[in-house]
Amino acid sequence: MSFDYLVLGAGGHDGLNTLDIFATLFFFILLMVLLKKVAWGPLMGIMTQREELIASEIAAAENSRQESQRLLEEQRDLLKEARTEALAIVENAKKQGDASREEIITTARTEAIRLKESAIREIDTEKERAIAAVREEVVSLSVLAASKVLEKEVSEEDNRALIEATIAKAGEVN
Amino acid sequence: MEHANPTFEFLGMTGNWSNILMLAVTSLIVFLIAFLSTRNLKMKPTGMQNFMEWIMDFVKGIIKSNFDWQTGGRFHVLGITFLMFIAVANVLGLPFSISYDGVLWWKSPTADPTVTMTLAVMVIILTHYYGIKMKGMKGYAVDTYLKPMPFLFPLKIIEEFANTLTLGLRLYGNIYAGEVLLGLIAGLATGYGALGFVGAIIPAMAWQGFSLFIGGIQAFIFVMLTMVYMSHKVSADH
Repeated sequence: MSFDYLVLGAGGHDGLNTLDIFATLFFFILLMVLLKKVAWGPLMGIMTQREELIASEIAAAENSRQESQRLLEEQRDLLKEARTEALAIVENAKKQGDASREEIITTARTEAIRLKESAIREIDTEKERAIAAVREEVVSLSVLAASKVLEKEVSEEDNRALIEATIAKAGEVN
Repeated sequence: MEHANPTFEFLGMTGNWSNILMLAVTSLIVFLIAFLSTRNLKMKPTGMQNFMEWIMDFVKGIIKSNFDWQTGGRFHVLGITFLMFIAVANVLGLPFSISYDGVLWWKSPTADPTVTMTLAVMVIILTHYYGIKMKGMKGYAVDTYLKPMPFLFPLKIIEEFANTLTLGLRLYGNIYAGEVLLGLIAGLATGYGALGFVGAIIPAMAWQGFSLFIGGIQAFIFVMLTMVYMSHKVSADH
């Protein structure tokens, strides 16, 4: 077992292997150019594409988040508005109901008073009229009776009979 | 145990078939892994796509610790390719090595200084290139050689060479040493009968695991240092 080949550059190197230099350069550069075309280029392309995709997805997510936030705010506002509006409507209706009840009651009351007054007035009128009629009747009766008395000078019996007859007649008349 | 290299001559230059073979194998494996795992890409990643994306993010993290991404993004492809290429290259020599007729064929391509130094020199040249490209000739010269203090100029020159050497030789040394020790353990397993084989099992497993770890770490370090050197040249605040 010999260790000659352990010496640096040992193993049959006779001077510089110039062709190896060219071979190395040739293979390496060829490899680099080929790989750039078929492997690194497409790979870098897809990585950039992915980066862009992710960036745009993040942007889109951010956008839609803001959009939904905005919509949520809007809905919340609308809901609040609707609630206050409903409250206002109910309040209004209650107020209106109260008002119309008051009005109805007042109207009914005045109407009742008016009816009652007119009834009283009518009764009074009727009474007056009745009294007036009675009075007229009495007067005419009295006149009739008086005329009968004056027409005929009769005895007390006749007189009485006459008056009774008159009164009876008057009773019949009435 | 003496390993020769399958060298050849072409146009007056020396080449090593073993290196070329292993570089080709490494490139093929890296290509297949990357190619197959990026078929049918999906928005919701599964399986190998996850793995590749993890590697991309890992390299992105390395770059981001040195530059802002605006400047550093252009080195992403370089970093990922380096990471996978070197990691695979480091690991290739681990499970076995093949030598035929005393000639070593199958090993880690990064266990050869020519290969690692080529990669290192390439990195350093790229840093200078991008330094000039992004700062202009004057800004590059001032920032690289005259800052923080003009009298450090000689040291700055040395630094450039030292960077190159350490970048290449660190990788080479780690991987080569790993293979040498694996070779020794394999020698123990095959050269000393049954007792030697039994005795070699545990060290071999331990060292292979450790080498796997080292292979990954070295790939990471290589990419990290590439980005550090690059940022020294490119960024204004260094």
